[in-house]
Amino acid sequence: MSDNLIRYISKPHPVTGVTNAKLGIWCFLASEVMLFGGLFSAYVLLRTGAPLWPRGSEILNVPLATLNTIILITSSVTMVMAWASLAMKEFSKYKRYMGMTILLALAFLVVKAFEYGHKFEHHHFPSTNTFYAIYFTLTGLHGLHIVGGVVVNTYFLFPGSRMWEHDPEQFMGRIECAGLYWHFVDLVWIFLFPVLYLL
Amino acid sequence: MEHSTEEIKKHVKVYIAVFAALAFLTVVTVAISYLHLPIFQAILVALVIATIKGSLVACFFMHLISEKQIIFSVLLLTVVFFAALLLLPVFTSGHPHVA
Repeated sequence: MSDNLIRYISKPHPVTGVTNAKLGIWCFLASEVMLFGGLFSAYVLLRTGAPLWPRGSEILNVPLATLNTIILITSSVTMVMAWASLAMKEFSKYKRYMGMTILLALAFLVVKAFEYGHKFEHHHFPSTNTFYAIYFTLTGLHGLHIVGGVVVNTYFLFPGSRMWEHDPEQFMGRIECAGLYWHFVDLVWIFLFPVLYLL
Repeated sequence: MEHSTEEIKKHVKVYIAVFAALAFLTVVTVAISYLHLPIFQAILVALVIATIKGSLVACFFMHLISEKQIIFSVLLLTVVFFAALLLLPVFTSGHPHVA
């Protein structure tokens, strides 16, 4: 094996006990927590500083957001099932579950597009007021993360899945890391949903 | 990480149970929002339910429940800085209102 390769991407590092890939994705997710944390902090600051703040349920579409919550939770299950299928050496099942994860992510984006479209029709933009500014910023950034997840998962469904034939262990590690990212995106939505839509 | 097929089948049952719990808690969150509780109670209830849901995702889907010490160290540091970020508004706003 060439010395130029990154080591311990499939086997756990003897010092940390985890693969470098897994440690790397967790450090990335830590930075993501800080990114969203800054915006949540801005939300608290804006809300506590405002003399009036609308209840999200009165101006946003709660049924659509509830539907999106269920879609995202379901996609988290299909993602973890994709990883479990690989662990059971069932590649065709992996493809089915990964395909479902991508379709559910696209469904989330379509619902979100309807929601945004409805807001724009009524001339509600980020510049309309502070509530809409933080609403569009938080949901827009989250939506971009969904798009990123779709791109990565589509790569692992089609060209990237060829790795399964020659290095199944590393491929499984990659799906585990993609899964960690995807569950994080779900986790962010779990907090965004009540904070923006229900309170 | 090597997993036996039997072990994974047990995991799959847990994933289905977690999914059911998450769906149920989502319905509960929405139902409670229709009760129009006073704002402080509403925030408390919504955040408690969201934290339970988030913990289920982190523990079972992200396998934190069986993760190594180094990952917890990274997360502990993250929690400290995240808490500092969220407390910033408390220290910077003199007379906060919650509308």
